[in-house]
Amino acid sequence: MKQVAANMAGTVINVLVQPGDEINEGQDVLVLESMKMEVPVQAQASGKVVEVKANIGDFVNDGDIIVVLE
Amino acid sequence: MTKHLEDTLHEKIAKVVQGGDAKYHDKLKEQNKLFVRDRLKLLFDDEFMVEDGLFANVMAGDLPADGVVTAIGKVNGQTVCVMANDSTVKAGSWGSRTVEKIIRIQETAEKMRVPLLYLVDSAGARITDQLEMFPGRRGAGRIFYNQVKLSGKIPQVCILFGPSAAGGAYIPAFCDIVIMVDKNASMYLGSPRMAEMVIGEKVSLEELGGARMHCSVSGCGDVLAANEEEAIQAARSYLRFFPANYTLTPPTALAKAPVSTAKEITSIVPENQNAAFNMHDVITALVDEGSFFEIKKLFAQELITGLARLDGKPVGIIANQPRVKGGVLFVDSADKAARFITLCDAFSIPLLFLADVPGFMIGTAVERAGIIRHGAKMISAMAEATVPKISVIVRKAYGAGLYAMASSAFEPDACLALPGAQIAVMGPEAAVNAVYSNKIQAIEDPAERQAFIQEKRREYQEDIDLYLLASNLIVDAVVPPSELRRELIQRYEVYKEKRHVFSDRKHAVYPV
Repeated sequence: MKQVAANMAGTVINVLVQPGDEINEGQDVLVLESMKMEVPVQAQASGKVVEVKANIGDFVNDGDIIVVLE
Repeated sequence: MTKHLEDTLHEKIAKVVQGGDAKYHDKLKEQNKLFVRDRLKLLFDDEFMVEDGLFANVMAGDLPADGVVTAIGKVNGQTVCVMANDSTVKAGSWGSRTVEKIIRIQETAEKMRVPLLYLVDSAGARITDQLEMFPGRRGAGRIFYNQVKLSGKIPQVCILFGPSAAGGAYIPAFCDIVIMVDKNASMYLGSPRMAEMVIGEKVSLEELGGARMHCSVSGCGDVLAANEEEAIQAARSYLRFFPANYTLTPPTALAKAPVSTAKEITSIVPENQNAAFNMHDVITALVDEGSFFEIKKLFAQELITGLARLDGKPVGIIANQPRVKGGVLFVDSADKAARFITLCDAFSIPLLFLADVPGFMIGTAVERAGIIRHGAKMISAMAEATVPKISVIVRKAYGAGLYAMASSAFEPDACLALPGAQIAVMGPEAAVNAVYSNKIQAIEDPAERQAFIQEKRREYQEDIDLYLLASNLIVDAVVPPSELRRELIQRYEVYKEKRHVFSDRKHAVYPV
């Protein structure tokens, strides 16, 4: 199973994909706020979204799985 | 001399230049690899080639050239020295003559003061020959000693076509740049088999020390090439930026305008300080069309490093990338910058810093990883660089991020700012929280509290107003984005006359 992980620690301020979406590698899936910056997180693989594990307001750490792909 | 002797010689030469047995040549084809002499044909401009030690170990019968070709040829018209492993001969392993040949080509490169390329494809030491090739004065250790001694005197380039194992893995480590062929190249101290035997770890070669891993995770690789041709072309392109040695100035090329499809900088950089944008677009808008050669493209992408040309002249670019991790500096990005700055400074390539940086990362993970000492490396390399250096504050530069990007205190030849630039210890939100935290907490009415915060942020903005900074001579010029390229070209033209010696001490005690 493929996954998308957060690439830095921060707070989720926007979720750009939902289960069922087909996403491509490099596509923005979520926006974090970290270091006062809006940090888009890109998909590290392509595939169909099965689950979005992060909600707006959640704190995520570097390496946390935020999206699960088929 | 009889015709017979010459014929015999031709026969002997013909045999040696074939390399190892046919079955090993078949294996090369299976792996999408080229024979060492075909690699050299692709690398060199033409037929010009001088080779020593062709008959090394010829008496052994089955070790043609002792598994390494050492030659002098031309790359972009420049004389270069090359050592190239032949993996059809005992998997490119090193015997005593192999090592002696490598040492000699290094000595030649040093005497000639010309670039040295290492075309690596080797299983490592021949353990059966260890007494002759491993521990002595002219054993393999001398190869690395020479590499360290040559570092910064002549460009040293490594193209990794296959394995670079155990001690041999230090050849790439001591080169200025390591170009790795995807799927085939690998670097490791202990093989997967050894990892399993010694520490019990089960891992694939690709995961343990593959090209992609090294180019994106460990940072040991600089350029990931899809195949051997691409890798060799990358080495040729890279060398176009470099002088033959540190006493010369880098070669110039025909000047070109930026690519016609480049966006205007004003339209690339958002006014909102917190929004992401792609710094690659800014670089594209500034540099000569098609001239950007990115180094460590896949590693620590929050910072971009690469060579380019401005009006035909080489420049080394260090740019924060707000599109990735907000452009924040991390442990790896600081290392990446330090290394690249040192490379450019060694070979008289001017530096251009494009700053849009919220600062160095904070938090437990990076503190434990030693972000302070890694950041210190970057700052130290940047401070010591005596080539022309220009810092451009593209949008913001906060905290130690400002220092790391060659701001005023670090003797840039100029610190320039685009009109929207903000320079401060920290951004307005963080600063107001830091200074007025207690007061903000004490205001009970939410509307009143918000009004207080807004007022303090406004005051803070006034304090860091760009024209106030310019008025205090903190930035040397505020430049219209549309004129930035022209401004940079003119300034580098002026600063090329710069002669600056940083210190006469032996060397610094470097942060590592």
